[in-house]
Amino acid sequence: MAEIRIQNVWKTFGKVVAVKDVTLTVEDREFVILLGPSGCGKTTLLRCISGLEQVDRGTISIGGRDVTNLPPRRRGIAMVFQSYAVFPHMTVFDNIAFGLRMKKLPKDEIERRVRDAAALMHIEDLLDRYPAQLSGGQRQRVAVARAIAVQSEVLLMDEPLSNLDALLRLEMRAELKRLFTELETTVVYVTHDQVEAMSMGDRIAVMREGEILQFDTPVRVYDYPADRFIGGFIGNPPMNFLVADVEDGRVVVHGTPIEVPPLVLEHLKPPRTLVGIRAENIELFTEQQEGAIPVQVLVVEPLGSHNLVTARADGDIIKVNTPADLRLAPDQRVWIRFVPEKIRWFDAQTGKALPVDYQAVEAARVG
Amino acid sequence: MRRWSWSRVWLHVLAVLLALWVIVPIYLIAVAAFSPRDVIYKYPKPLFPTQVSLETMLFFIRSSGVLDSVRRSIVVALLTLAVSMAVGAPAGYALARYVFPGRDTFRIAIVSTRAFPIVILSIPLAVSFINLGLYDSVISVALMHTALALPFTILVTSSVFASVPVDLEEAAMTLGCSRLGAFWRISLPLTLPGLAAAAIFTFVLSWNEVFAAAILTLRNRTLPAHVLSVLNESPLPFRFAGGFFLLVPALIFMLFIRRYLFNLWGRVVR
Repeated sequence: MAEIRIQNVWKTFGKVVAVKDVTLTVEDREFVILLGPSGCGKTTLLRCISGLEQVDRGTISIGGRDVTNLPPRRRGIAMVFQSYAVFPHMTVFDNIAFGLRMKKLPKDEIERRVRDAAALMHIEDLLDRYPAQLSGGQRQRVAVARAIAVQSEVLLMDEPLSNLDALLRLEMRAELKRLFTELETTVVYVTHDQVEAMSMGDRIAVMREGEILQFDTPVRVYDYPADRFIGGFIGNPPMNFLVADVEDGRVVVHGTPIEVPPLVLEHLKPPRTLVGIRAENIELFTEQQEGAIPVQVLVVEPLGSHNLVTARADGDIIKVNTPADLRLAPDQRVWIRFVPEKIRWFDAQTGKALPVDYQAVEAARVG
Repeated sequence: MRRWSWSRVWLHVLAVLLALWVIVPIYLIAVAAFSPRDVIYKYPKPLFPTQVSLETMLFFIRSSGVLDSVRRSIVVALLTLAVSMAVGAPAGYALARYVFPGRDTFRIAIVSTRAFPIVILSIPLAVSFINLGLYDSVISVALMHTALALPFTILVTSSVFASVPVDLEEAAMTLGCSRLGAFWRISLPLTLPGLAAAAIFTFVLSWNEVFAAAILTLRNRTLPAHVLSVLNESPLPFRFAGGFFLLVPALIFMLFIRRYLFNLWGRVVR
């Protein structure tokens, strides 16, 4: 059992607060992604878990054991670095065996575990080579093999794929995901790539400026961003945000009233609210419709499977996905309508999401 | 065919001239050092070795006081090497690895110790060593040479350590090493060639140093100090052979240390 419990952890570098009062629990065998733009403190948080960085305040426990003041080697972790950090003066075999030799395991056990780890990463043929003779992708595999060979209960990964080229990254992404379901270790994985986060993690912790803004499943983070920033950071194109007027319990977007669920109605703060809607949840019509907002087409980008239309309504820029066969011309006047249950509501001042009744959402989905 | 622009040609001409400026005297000394006595006294001297013989070199080595001073020079150089590596390598490691308050000031301070002309320091130093009872001993010369060598030892080792990414040590630490263990197993093997170069550099610096050695010793002279003190009354073969003998370690050293000298100022971590 290796659950990671992070409680009220702070870490500052001089005057810069890298991690700000973070509390986070990673379940045993869970695959958690720390996601955020560069400088958000995700790597620092990971290094605090590994023990390479000492926390200023707060506690960290792994598998029920308080490790806050323990050095990395006593924490029961293994780590994969962004730079791979493969030891250049050792062969691939010696690299993978390094952690096992430090544990003073018997020779045949080391031999067996190295071969197993190498087999898992498909680098059995490279065991006698030196890192300088390997490609970037192969070094990456050695780094992962070295980390999994020690069979620690917690595996920490710091942007392991960011130095690979696009094609290789895609391949390794799928491979790592398969590997982690097989290994049944607890994984904390740092990335700034939202696609990686969406496709790999059990849960995603979205970070900004040292704080965790949202910690939830990828679907939830995508569908119900807790905050305007998350809606804009995750998803391509980013979520559309429109300022709407709140008048006598009604919400009006660009002169068109839209439907408001009862729970949202309770929390609406007049005079304004922020409406969030994803490009794929907007219907576009070429003729006027009841309850649709008139907009002007600016750009049409054909993406093969669909078209991405950029439209303007007064000052607001709105991105809409349309079927690939719908022909639109720039400056054309069209009408858009938001799918009512896909509208997300945010406080106009703070940018925080208004409360959502997830139970009702789930019930509606099943129903 | 590559087209050579005039600026490139000039660059090469200058480089060749500069190289000749250094190489020609070395070459002439070497030719003389391995010629027999009568050839050395000939005028004009031959530009190419006509007869090769060890006679001149043997004459130098057998001269009185030479072997003793060679032995002392080696002792001084080894002491200098040991002390300056023991003090300088950890300092270089700290400079390469840690960001600490006053780090840049420290760097400048290290170099600025070389700004003091040793001529000014020499008299007070001689007096201090006399008071301490260390005058005219290999220890006093070694201490002085250590002081002279330390700035370079620190800067060179810091650039050597900076060439090993921190990630490697950190990876070792996550794999079961202590900080010291990570240094021992990862950084040390990777920096050994560079550290060896720094050590050789220190050795050569001490081996070649003449001023401090001449001032701090009277009877127990190191080789350069000895050669300097007897130079005026010694015959030509002695001068050529001595010159060549003193040159050799420096030449060997250059082959080793070349690539480390290029990034003397080191890359800085984060």
